[in-house]
Amino acid sequence: MIEAQQLTKRYGEKTAVDGLDFTVKPGAVTGFLGPNGAGKSTTMRMVVGLDAPTGGTVTVNGRRYARHRAPLQEVGALLEAKSIHPGRSAHNHLRALALTHGIPARRVDEVIELAGLGSVAKKRAGAFSLGMGQRLGIAAALLGDPQTVMLDEPVNGLDPEGVLWIRNLLTSLAAEGRTVFVSSHLMSEVSLVADHLIVVGRGRLLADTTVQDLVYAAGGDTVRVATSEPARLRDVLSGPDVEITGRIGSEELQVTGMSARRIGLKAAEHGIPLFELSTKAVSLEEAFMELTRDAVEYHGTTSGTETSGSAA
Amino acid sequence: MSTLTATPGTPESDQVAPARPAYRVTGRRVLASEWAKLWSLRSTWITLGLGLLFLVAFGVIAASHYKSGLTSGRPMDRDFATATAVSLSLFGTNFAQLALGVLGVLVTAGEYSTGMIRSTLAAVPRRLPVLWSKAAVYGLVALVVATAGTFPAFLVGGRIVTGTPAAMGLGHAGVVRSLLGAGLYLGLVGVIGVALGALLRSVAGGISVLVAALMLVPGLVSLLPSSWQGNIDPYLPSHAGESLFALTHDSTTLSPGAGLAVFLGWTVLALAGAAYRLVRSDV
Repeated sequence: MIEAQQLTKRYGEKTAVDGLDFTVKPGAVTGFLGPNGAGKSTTMRMVVGLDAPTGGTVTVNGRRYARHRAPLQEVGALLEAKSIHPGRSAHNHLRALALTHGIPARRVDEVIELAGLGSVAKKRAGAFSLGMGQRLGIAAALLGDPQTVMLDEPVNGLDPEGVLWIRNLLTSLAAEGRTVFVSSHLMSEVSLVADHLIVVGRGRLLADTTVQDLVYAAGGDTVRVATSEPARLRDVLSGPDVEITGRIGSEELQVTGMSARRIGLKAAEHGIPLFELSTKAVSLEEAFMELTRDAVEYHGTTSGTETSGSAA
Repeated sequence: MSTLTATPGTPESDQVAPARPAYRVTGRRVLASEWAKLWSLRSTWITLGLGLLFLVAFGVIAASHYKSGLTSGRPMDRDFATATAVSLSLFGTNFAQLALGVLGVLVTAGEYSTGMIRSTLAAVPRRLPVLWSKAAVYGLVALVVATAGTFPAFLVGGRIVTGTPAAMGLGHAGVVRSLLGAGLYLGLVGVIGVALGALLRSVAGGISVLVAALMLVPGLVSLLPSSWQGNIDPYLPSHAGESLFALTHDSTTLSPGAGLAVFLGWTVLALAGAAYRLVRSDV
């Protein structure tokens, strides 16, 4: 469980994180989304106490990270930037971290196997490829068998097999009841694993939502319907939440706010012939772009907070 | 997508709890971690080896140079006129302090330049135990290595100058104190290196300040009016440190005890600065 309250970080004039409020709950994968420079990495560094917040607080399992007796057992973090000494072997790196907590050597071997580093564990970490380095970072994150796992852009530099491995790892960690918090600037990647989404742009919270709600907030799915009697169909379908568009003289209509199934039933009820009935899903990427574009456009005005209010 | 969603306190999360081992960060464990980190880098072995080599080799070279200068009958260098077996065999201290001081800087600043510091401080978020452990572990290692260098340097160098005015045995008054003092001085130089590395967070910056403090500042002070010099000179880190291992002391130098106190003062000052920056600044 990670809880942020009015979390703020300023670097001189620049505000990297601006009054973030969010909760990351156990038993689910929470995606942390935002364009580059949105403040994701800064937020994660504040969670593990590497950066001190300018304002607000962030706690892990009810306490500030530094106040825990065994921090690595509370949060295992993979940060974006490399956090290893290139001259040390993977095994020695993990062992040095394990020694601070009294974690047994057996556990070091376990995470090395888990991360698939068995064959290179004795090699200097400086010689590792990007993907290997990422696996070592994940091995370090899992070392303390933590309740909360926090990974900053974990699939960066991984090959397809590695990406799949991360996905399975994340879902299995969440299934074990752990809190899983994963950042990415790619919606397509996060949507495959995340149940919950926290979207930020320019340091502000844009949405604290689920994947479905995000799609709905972005206009929802559109149904394309073709009929010989578009005018009559319009009348039949019209309702408070339903939006219908279509060119005059065209047999085609775009309907949002009503499922294809219900449109079909209504048309049959009124004896209106349909030639085509298909659902066009709003892509998550589009929904995400929609959200973050607003953040950029309205940055510095109160509209930014209104956006987050309506989306949440 | 939402099928995995579970609320807090589901049976799964309860199952994880009882099996969890009780890990805990303690001061002794942080020390063990820093000890393991120090020895798992090749640069440690190389630099300590160099320090040891400098101590012994330069001591022996200085002693041989003295001996050959005497036998050749040419007029003696002024530096050599008052030379003793101790001063000759400790000639390498100047070079060894560079090696050991630089390694001290690497112990801390090296973590910043590589990014290792993020792993270190995520594991020990209270931070200060890391600095104390690094200073203690490395200070002790530097002290042991240096002492392991000064005694052989003296034994070999002393043999070389046997029968010359500089000749002196281990039993001579102050010899053992000087040799141990040199070891202690180099150990503390190591600690100052650790502190400077943590304070400046840059390998180049740490080394520059270390070299400046130990080697350049004395030269600059000699440009000051002589009335000031007498008040400042003995208290400089290098001169206070030298009085730790100098065999003889006069009115312009501190006694070994006072020298140790002053040099310890410099060390504490550097450590305090490092501690302040470590606690206050983001990494």
